[in-house]
Amino acid sequence: MDNLHLATPEIFMLFASCAVLVVDLFLKPGQRHMTYWLTQGSLLITLLLTYGQVGDTAGTAFSGAYTVDGMSAVLKSWILLIAIGGFVYTRDYIKDREIANGEYYVLGLFGVMGMMIMTSSNNLLTIYLGLELLALSLYAMVALYRSNADASEAAMKYFVLGALASGMLLYGMSMVYGSTGSLDLATISQALTTSDAGSTGARFGLTFIIVGLAFKLGAVPFHMWVPDVYDGAPTSVTLYISTAPKIAAFAMIIRLLVDGLEVLSSDWTLMFAILAALSLVVGNLLAIAQQNIKRMLAYSTISHVGFLLLGMVAANPEGYSASMFYAITYAFTTLAAFGVLLVLSRNGEEAVMLDDLSGLFRRNALAATVMMVALISLAGVPPLVGFYAKLSVLKAVISAGYVWLAVIAVIMSVVGAFYYLRAIKMMFFDDPVDSSEVPARMDVNATLAVNGLAVVVLGIFPGWIMAVCVRAFAG
Amino acid sequence: MIPLSHFLVLGAILFCLSVVGIFLNRKNVIILLMSIELMLLSVNMNFVTFSHFLDDGAGQIFVFFILTVAAAEAAIGLAILVVLFRNRQTINVADLNQLKG
Repeated sequence: MDNLHLATPEIFMLFASCAVLVVDLFLKPGQRHMTYWLTQGSLLITLLLTYGQVGDTAGTAFSGAYTVDGMSAVLKSWILLIAIGGFVYTRDYIKDREIANGEYYVLGLFGVMGMMIMTSSNNLLTIYLGLELLALSLYAMVALYRSNADASEAAMKYFVLGALASGMLLYGMSMVYGSTGSLDLATISQALTTSDAGSTGARFGLTFIIVGLAFKLGAVPFHMWVPDVYDGAPTSVTLYISTAPKIAAFAMIIRLLVDGLEVLSSDWTLMFAILAALSLVVGNLLAIAQQNIKRMLAYSTISHVGFLLLGMVAANPEGYSASMFYAITYAFTTLAAFGVLLVLSRNGEEAVMLDDLSGLFRRNALAATVMMVALISLAGVPPLVGFYAKLSVLKAVISAGYVWLAVIAVIMSVVGAFYYLRAIKMMFFDDPVDSSEVPARMDVNATLAVNGLAVVVLGIFPGWIMAVCVRAFAG
Repeated sequence: MIPLSHFLVLGAILFCLSVVGIFLNRKNVIILLMSIELMLLSVNMNFVTFSHFLDDGAGQIFVFFILTVAAAEAAIGLAILVVLFRNRQTINVADLNQLKG
């Protein structure tokens, strides 16, 4: 057998998820916290197994369909870390709303496994399977809030547009397969480098692949599902969708376009430039008009996807590592923002409107401070981590010669700062609509504090994550 | 011997039909699910064709996986449909308009 041991984290995760599913069947309703702890335990052990691969472990398994390299182990560790944090924030929210506990955690675990497979895939088939494992879990998680009509509408919209995106991606993959004769990304790359014969077909396929990727990421003009799904889904699932899957989507872009189709980079950089410019403009402008905070964060996600794509436009290792840094920091900053929203959504009440934030500092100082740090970082104010992420992406874009894109990005960041600062002003200076205290559990408070601190500390010392990102694309 | 291009045109026609079906249909969510299935089948058509003409088995293996995923996708889609109908008493696409802003 080939190097099966490289896939130990995924294999462990598979067995652990199945075990959680079965154990949950035998638990009485009062013992549901067992499922939670088992889930966190599985994620933690998988994190340790994955972290052990960071550094010099590299190789392929499953006849080259699965790969471990500098990028995959780092991104998978972050995905797992963010999933653990996400479940801490989510726990009470889903208990209050009686969203079937066991299934929720198991779907969450399978989704994480899908992301890990996407990150490590080295073959069109593995990419597709990982993507679908994630997507199918997400559709079901949105729909799990069965008594809520908005959630089921959001699930339906997400399902139809997600399936459409997968269809586009698959059609593109079939064209790439047909013109290069292989599903293996390394072989595809080689076939395109050595001969020009298949490049027309591969370009045709590339267009569909880009459309599929743009749908999945929520880049303008394929963004219409994002606000509806963010708004309609239970906040716990919105948190899940908006954090770790962005890292996995970044990994998928790298796998497909850099590992597989880098020869065609002159074609896809242009498409990405257009997608990025549109996402930055539309995302930031529409976010201003939102009164609903989940919709506001949805449009803000769209604009950040624009930034993420900017690094890809540069199409060199500098740009890729800047994008990678952006994806990671964006994911854990958003985690903090949604974590605060989950703290606020208690006793059957949902914190969805911007007004629900007003006076938050007097109701829960820690939550307000963490939210402020997260929003300022998303706006890109130094010395927080979001500033450094934006700076490194912009540096890469300018050195690649796309000054006009950098100008759009900077102007739109200034526009974007308006709606982030408005929310902060409401939290600190407005009178609360409902002045009752918002208590939170010890573990949630601790996680929020660590999460907020990470945004500050990594902003002041971004060096070591950046070094990891640079190493992932060196050589 | 039927040439490669005929199969590809058939695949493209099926794919276009399914995309049009998703965007033009304003009546019924079940038709959307049918369009999605058709889209996956048109991709399968492509893969089988290429697999035959390239004399390479991998394309056909991909088709098996797509069929399996399509089955899972249909199951989840129909489950969401049932939940949606219970909450809204309608599966009309035009009525799915509560979320906007």
